Amino acid sequence: MRREGSPFQGVGTVFAKELTDNISSARMLVLELLIVLTALAALYGAISNLRTNTAEDPFLLLRLFTLSSSPLPSFVAILGFLIPLMAIGLGFDSVNSEFNRRTLSRILAQPIYRDALLIGKFLAGLATLAVNLTALWLMVIGLGLLFLGVPPGTEEILRSLAFLVIAIFYAGVWLALAMLLSIVFRSPATAALVALGIWLFLTVLWPMLAPAFAQIIAPPDPRYAALGLQTPATGLWSQFLMRVSPNDLFAEAMLAILSPTTRTLGAVFLDQLRGALMGAPLPIGESLMIAWPQTVGLIASNIVLFVAGYILFQRQEVRA
Amino acid sequence: MSDLRNEVMPPPDSVIFADGLTKRYGEASAVDQISFNIKKGEVFGLLGPNGAGKTTTILMMLGLTEISSGKISVLGYDPARQPLQVKRRVGYLPDSVGFYDHLTAVENLAYTAKLMGLSLKERTERIADALKRVRLSDVAHKRVATFSRGMRQRLGLAEIIVKKAEIAILDEPTSGLDPQSTLEFLDLIRHLKAEGTTVLLSSHLLDQVQRICDRVALFQAGHIVLMGSVAELSVQVLGAGFVVEVEAEGTGIARRLATIPGVSNVETVAADRFRMTAERDVRPDAARAVVAVDGSLKRLSVDEPSLEAIYARYFQGKASGDMRDAA
Repeated sequence: MRREGSPFQGVGTVFAKELTDNISSARMLVLELLIVLTALAALYGAISNLRTNTAEDPFLLLRLFTLSSSPLPSFVAILGFLIPLMAIGLGFDSVNSEFNRRTLSRILAQPIYRDALLIGKFLAGLATLAVNLTALWLMVIGLGLLFLGVPPGTEEILRSLAFLVIAIFYAGVWLALAMLLSIVFRSPATAALVALGIWLFLTVLWPMLAPAFAQIIAPPDPRYAALGLQTPATGLWSQFLMRVSPNDLFAEAMLAILSPTTRTLGAVFLDQLRGALMGAPLPIGESLMIAWPQTVGLIASNIVLFVAGYILFQRQEVRA
Repeated sequence: MSDLRNEVMPPPDSVIFADGLTKRYGEASAVDQISFNIKKGEVFGLLGPNGAGKTTTILMMLGLTEISSGKISVLGYDPARQPLQVKRRVGYLPDSVGFYDHLTAVENLAYTAKLMGLSLKERTERIADALKRVRLSDVAHKRVATFSRGMRQRLGLAEIIVKKAEIAILDEPTSGLDPQSTLEFLDLIRHLKAEGTTVLLSSHLLDQVQRICDRVALFQAGHIVLMGSVAELSVQVLGAGFVVEVEAEGTGIARRLATIPGVSNVETVAADRFRMTAERDVRPDAARAVVAVDGSLKRLSVDEPSLEAIYARYFQGKASGDMRDAA
């Protein structure tokens, strides 16, 4: 049975309305302040660190992203932790609040499909996050110019742009998850709690649990342990399990993009490194190739989570 | 495949036509094999207790819930396959309608008007006009959060007016309104009808439905158990439609009254008071009859058939019938 008409009719209208709501909401303001202030602190640490230990470095701007000066983690690490919070804050009540306000049936009685509502809401959330991340990105570059006084090179700009794009996809994963939960749970509070639970689990607990599970699946070999080395099978399993978390995928991709000397994200044999100039930066194309699987993983998670939400939403009864 | 010879075609003046419409949730049927036909320009009432299947029927008309079996056509379109065509022409006011509280009345209407695909100029004109009609012009730029229930309900109606809907579907439009708001709202519905809009409204408030509906369908547990105009139903259920009370002094009045054609029963309540049951309004004949026997007529009144009486009698009869079946 084919339905008639375009599923995209009304997407633009929903998008514009949701974007206005997102940007003007008090909730968004608080989240923005939280991220900007923490990011500023991290950048301040990185800048003072760079100023005191200025060595010759062709990628001074990228150091701003990755350098950490204790007790603060680096700018990228902070984003990896806080972007999910922002995305969850945007998405956890996007569908269930329409039910609770009893606006859903009135909106769906207009000549649009449900697709338009869901797609419009998702794109508006993603656009809000993209605007915020772009502003942060500009802030980093601006502060770099002001305090380091070195104009960034083309490659640095390209690499930092790649950072921006991957960060948006990373935000999209959490937004899609939050929207899925807002479809599953009728109460926004439940959806928010579950989303925050998943966020804490994947960013805080999973990095501790994954190596433990890896040791159960592939017990360490005492011969390697005697040499003070990690058993290869255990290490591989540990990395494999870690990559379940989008947080880890983001961190790995950032490592490849923002530290040009990164040659691999996994374990390699020594003979694979034969002829490599250790410590020499890779060209940007090669770095992108290294980060590509992680990026694809993030994009795929976006799609999978959105589609799951889409199917559930299509099957849901409209009446409250 | 549907058998073409068996397919019932909708009558030419019909705007909503249902045939064997059924909605099942698992084993249970929310709506079971209902058929009805709503004519252009009439006010049709869906009556019945909560959970009888009224809202489900409405949602099926709009293509907002899937149809398990049967057929429904709205303005000649199939809501399951052509929902956009249907929703472009049909306005829907849901049960206890909600609005975005942080937006103003105009902004709320502008959002749905944009979804309807209206241009900026059309939108502005139609919204101002609709708000004027539902008497919300003064609060057009106030946030909806401050609105009372009656105002929200009227704003919902304004949305239907903005849409210039051919059919207005109103789900429990007056429940929870105070008497003054209810009267105002019923008046607005009458205006819609006067403009040629077909109105379908569901309610469990019987006297209001009676005041405004041309025809009603009585729902019970997913079935339509009674359908027709109030007068038709009263004949069907109560046996007769009108109860005329005569207060007159004289002799032989009761006997004379009983000879009036259409009168089925004359009851002598007191020496000078008689109650007649008739299938039409027989007041003129009653007056003539009293005068004919030289009586002095003191009072003449008619009780219009009440939906409440029909409803009560129907379910009473049903219950005692069920009891007999059980015994």
